[in-house]
Amino acid sequence: MAQDIIPITMPKFGLAMTEGKIAGWMAPADTDIKTGDELVDIETSKITNTFESPVTGRLRRQVAANGEMLPVGALIGVVADAAVPDADIDAFITRFQADFAATSGGADADAPADEPVMVTVGNHTLRVHDRGEGEETPLVLIHGFGGDLKNWMLNHAALAQGRRVIAFDLPGHGGSSKDVGPGTLAFFAEVTAQLLAHLGLERVHVLGHSLGGGIALTLAHTAPKSVASLTLVAPAGLGQQINMEFINGFIEADRVRTLQDVLKYLVHDKSLIGRRMADDVLRYKRLDGAEAALRTISAACFPNGRQGDDLRPVLESASLPITVIWGREDEILPAAEAENLPAGIVRHILPDIGHMPQLEAASTFNTLVTDFIKSPDLVKTA
Amino acid sequence: MSRKSFRQAINEALRQEMRRDPTVVLMGEDVAGGRGGSAGVTDAWGGVLGVTKGLLEEFGDTRVLDTPITEASYIGAAAGAAVTGLRPVAELMFVDFVGSCLDQIMNQAAKFRYMFGGKARTPLVIRAMYGAGFNAAAQHSQALYPLFTHIPGLKVVVPSSAYEAKGLLISAIRDDDPVIFLENKVMYDDEDEVPDEAYTIPLGEANLTREGDDVTIVAFGRMVGLANQAADRLEKKGISCTVIDPRTTSPLDRETILECVADTGRLVIVDESSPRCNMATDIAALVAEEAFDTLRAPIRRVVPPHTPVPFATVLETLYLPSVEKIEAAVTATMNHRVVEKV
Repeated sequence: MAQDIIPITMPKFGLAMTEGKIAGWMAPADTDIKTGDELVDIETSKITNTFESPVTGRLRRQVAANGEMLPVGALIGVVADAAVPDADIDAFITRFQADFAATSGGADADAPADEPVMVTVGNHTLRVHDRGEGEETPLVLIHGFGGDLKNWMLNHAALAQGRRVIAFDLPGHGGSSKDVGPGTLAFFAEVTAQLLAHLGLERVHVLGHSLGGGIALTLAHTAPKSVASLTLVAPAGLGQQINMEFINGFIEADRVRTLQDVLKYLVHDKSLIGRRMADDVLRYKRLDGAEAALRTISAACFPNGRQGDDLRPVLESASLPITVIWGREDEILPAAEAENLPAGIVRHILPDIGHMPQLEAASTFNTLVTDFIKSPDLVKTA
Repeated sequence: MSRKSFRQAINEALRQEMRRDPTVVLMGEDVAGGRGGSAGVTDAWGGVLGVTKGLLEEFGDTRVLDTPITEASYIGAAAGAAVTGLRPVAELMFVDFVGSCLDQIMNQAAKFRYMFGGKARTPLVIRAMYGAGFNAAAQHSQALYPLFTHIPGLKVVVPSSAYEAKGLLISAIRDDDPVIFLENKVMYDDEDEVPDEAYTIPLGEANLTREGDDVTIVAFGRMVGLANQAADRLEKKGISCTVIDPRTTSPLDRETILECVADTGRLVIVDESSPRCNMATDIAALVAEEAFDTLRAPIRRVVPPHTPVPFATVLETLYLPSVEKIEAAVTATMNHRVVEKV
């Protein structure tokens, strides 16, 4: 009977103990033991201790073998009266192990992980968040200078309805490796192309924000066949002006307070920038190599305090659908650059919005992007 | 990025800094641990609680040095090594043992820069575990950070989580002044998201773990977690708290404390060190002096009684600050009514 079967579990010798190793059974299997008898030697990260039997009865099974490492609470042996059939003991062990696996969270493999993963592309390790699925052409999101995956926290899931949407941290950013080579737009476009190849994506919609817009344009130039459409959000490369107080302040700030002031340039509604956001950015900036990466990019892309790459010719010669979204109150890259765009490019200039429409006007942004990539060619000819 | 324990975060910080800088060496009682001797043991356990496990295997016994049980000699040796070009991380095991080597810390390491006219650097870290709640009795349970905070020339770090511990320890190792790094022994298995890469958290900048309007709670080390829990419970009762983790007791981020007190008008300080001349009295004095006019209620301290740490579990529990005691103190400051003088 089940009530006569007593489990012997891995003891907890001290607060620090989470697991223990069976250093050696003292009591042989199938012998009678009584409370206080030396049962088994257990080795922890700190000490080897003899575990004395908490019960009296016959040690029917040594479930854990010598040398086995098990968490506290795991079944190591079974005590029962000699009259209990072996089959009952087997059933008891099976039930115990199943319950233990369920409560200790060991059997959690069937839940699909909607989490970023690390992907190795050439010499770089990139943090990639691949969400959604569907028949539609996938969309790739490229963040800007100092940004990361979290720039799309209000957009990624919404855009991934019925479509695969891939966001990633550029080299030097977020959770990706920090080597940025020469730090040029061409370098980042090349890494993006390598990532697409690695993911087996031949053709994607590309959405780039700020510096990521410049990267998207460069990619459309160097690998036109892989780009189905371009969505440029306050993109770099369309003029020379750039707010270097933001760029330099972002690189140099190492305290929450100073960084918070710098981040306010990003938005029109300054109340959006809390301590939390600054703290989050600092977590990235504190990583070894992050600041050096930002300095390299700044020197390569903004020499002498101006944008070094003129991508208007790419925009003018491109034969693919393009849309441009810009906040009218942008304090980093002026929305005025969106004037005089080639015919056929649909512009959306959002009033009372700063450099990050995806954050400040998330739902409008999501609708604009979804509508555009649903039928990009239609818009092109409109 | 993955979940790592406080113990793993500290181990990783040491490992990454030892890889990065060949002058970083470890020394202390059992930092290698249990290797060699007549028993012929080869699997070193890396400190009494396994914090330095695996470092001997990677860096060898010229960089992971087991010392004799003479704190005065090896802490002195570490201070000397620091002024002559190494970057030692010496482990005192229990901070309670500091009595045996206080001269080396207080009169030597802390004073070198000053006594040598600013020409000496002393990049020394002394790690030690502190704190009650481990059933380790009066000689192994003290929270002695106020003792070090009292001594000019030392920086004192009291990390509150695994993430904080890794970044602060790397900063401590790269710092050119002596840093006392105190680890609450009850926290070694506490887990947190910790980046795999090396990163630094500046010494002397407080962190806000909660932001609220009604009461400011300042807490240190393990007490930060308790203060967060209290703040979360109080939030449900309509009382919103700011929780400040100063991270370092020296230097102390006075500015952040004063700003938050000015915002909330009420202050509760949670400190598990003995109540006389501790961080709670220090911060109470700071606020009384600099922000008296912003206070809407008397400052409350949640601190242990002025006794040795008891061994009996029930008494040890009673001795320590708790979530309930913090909640009661916050509620008391909220209930305080200023009586107009006639």
